[in-house]
Amino acid sequence: MKLTKDVNELMEIARRMRVDILTMIHAAGSGHPGGSLSAIDMLVALYCGAMDHGPERKKRDRRDKFVLSKGHGAPALYAVLAECGYFGREHLKTLRQYESILSGHPYAPSTPGVEITTGSLGQGLSQANGLALANRLDGQDTFVYAMMGDGETQEGQIWEAAMTAAHYKLGNLIAFLDNNELQIDGFVCDVMGIEPIGKKWEAFGWHVQQIDGHDFGQIFNAIDNAKKVTDKPSLIWARTVKGKGVSFMERLAKWHGTAPSTDELNKALAELGEKP
Amino acid sequence: MAEMLALRDYYGKTVAELGKTNKDIVVLDADLSGSTRTSTFAKAFPERFFNMGVAEQDMIGTAAGLAAGGKIPFASTFAIFASGRAWEQVRQAVGYPHQNVKIIATHGGITVGPDGPSHQAGEDIALMRAIPGLTVIMPADAHETAAAVRWAAGYVGPVYIRLTRDKFPVVFNDSKTFTPGKGEHLKKGTDVTFIACGLMTSIALEAAALLEKEGVLAGVVNMASIKPIDHELIVRVAAESGALVAAEEHSIIGGLGSAVTEVVAENNPVPVIRVGIQDDYISSGAPEELLDACGFTAAGLADAARRAVQLKKQAASR
Ligand SMILES: Cc1ncc(C[n+]2csc(CCOP(=O)(O)OP(=O)(O)O)c2C)c(N)n1
Ligand SMILES: [Mg+2]
Repeated sequence: MKLTKDVNELMEIARRMRVDILTMIHAAGSGHPGGSLSAIDMLVALYCGAMDHGPERKKRDRRDKFVLSKGHGAPALYAVLAECGYFGREHLKTLRQYESILSGHPYAPSTPGVEITTGSLGQGLSQANGLALANRLDGQDTFVYAMMGDGETQEGQIWEAAMTAAHYKLGNLIAFLDNNELQIDGFVCDVMGIEPIGKKWEAFGWHVQQIDGHDFGQIFNAIDNAKKVTDKPSLIWARTVKGKGVSFMERLAKWHGTAPSTDELNKALAELGEKP
Repeated sequence: MAEMLALRDYYGKTVAELGKTNKDIVVLDADLSGSTRTSTFAKAFPERFFNMGVAEQDMIGTAAGLAAGGKIPFASTFAIFASGRAWEQVRQAVGYPHQNVKIIATHGGITVGPDGPSHQAGEDIALMRAIPGLTVIMPADAHETAAAVRWAAGYVGPVYIRLTRDKFPVVFNDSKTFTPGKGEHLKKGTDVTFIACGLMTSIALEAAALLEKEGVLAGVVNMASIKPIDHELIVRVAAESGALVAAEEHSIIGGLGSAVTEVVAENNPVPVIRVGIQDDYISSGAPEELLDACGFTAAGLADAARRAVQLKKQAASR
């Protein structure tokens, strides 16, 4: 995989990924645009700029791995996996269809590049810990990345896993928190508050950094810092905007799990500078 | 009296033995390593043992991640917590992606005794059997436990093995092997056949001996592999004896009794009496008291067999 840290290049990739996300959810007629758009810049930074990986590597080859714990962000993951050549772009339009390789939520056995099967919230961090432990047993100096939603951290298992990662000193684990402040029923602070986020994770024994999750410079900087912390797991607490990049989707719970109509898609693509 | 051996002791010994040659084997426990006997492995291979604390959901998830990373994890706790507390983790992280995780659950059934219903798993087989892709095993004795654990280590895919706290009479010897989807026809009988697993296999053998004295020829099948189940053998003994008793230290809902009934109903309907926990919570008490109360005795099983024979006769005279 040829990686890049060129911000302009990455912004252009992220723009195209947003087009793919919206187009595939529109074609599927269902899916989760809001959380895919809040996460996509971090996924582009990871897959196109930070992670040591590539479709040519075999299952047990040394490589960095990523776990999308907030599995409903699958369209964002599928977009970057296609971009990196894990499968052909023609599959994107089959999202959520019967017998597609792209299930509604990530399913490792059917999708090249997907390490861990998710969709039931709260379970990805434990599995990322397991991958990190396996890598350590194998003496690999690789990293395991994970991404959680902020609403997702209301799940008790997340905190069991947070304890585990600290207890086993998983310095090879770097988890992103996509803090877009929204979940299905509204604002996270109204549904079930999770503050104080930084203090909680620190109290659980994590190294915590807060960043703007749409700023590539800050994302790479945080990853570099996290890699230097070898005796603790790292949380990259990313402040994000749900629906980022499409004006009428931004900061609205409504766009958590609604597919755009054809008109809405065209409007969104126009905003993203894409010719219909 | 047959020799008595604890299944969990043989699990602990066997997984530690396997760990010597297979460096990919790792073991996880949720603060019960002394009770589940994973402590044997922990002492031998501390770097490959992970105590997860009292956090069964995270234990299953971590085991799934270790499996995804190429390891062969054995995860242990009590049956009620492995199957109940972590059910959806088993489904999502283990069953659905067909992850190579071995869940070895001890302290199943009522023989946990004095701890009472909070610790007596009577539903675990039903819960695990409902998850597509899992192999579900309830060994009859310590030797079958060792065989099942050895098999599980070599098989690539998710496995649930249900063990118990107490010592059980030995049925097999140390040359026992395990084959998924295969039951063993331990004793032939033309009047009725017991299909049993776990502790009930040895009790069924006793019951068959009792019945023989009164001229009732009862067969005994050991069915440790509850899923996949041995369709062919069940259909055959149903045809040969015309009446069945399914016996298990588990609820009559969803376990071996259900599995046997399903096979028979779809292939060769004959009367089936299910001996098991009668959709209830059983109180605290000494294991023998509880076995007695539930009818999990040679006399209780013989009684069930007589009822099955009676039903067969009624059907024939109709
Ligand atoms: C265990 C579980 N409960 C409920 C759901 C349904 N669900 C899907 S997304 C979601 C809200 C998630 O909010 P958040 O983690 O903040 O995601 P994001 O805002 O990044 O989309 C819920 C409740 C689920 N997938 N899993
Ligand atoms: Mg959110």
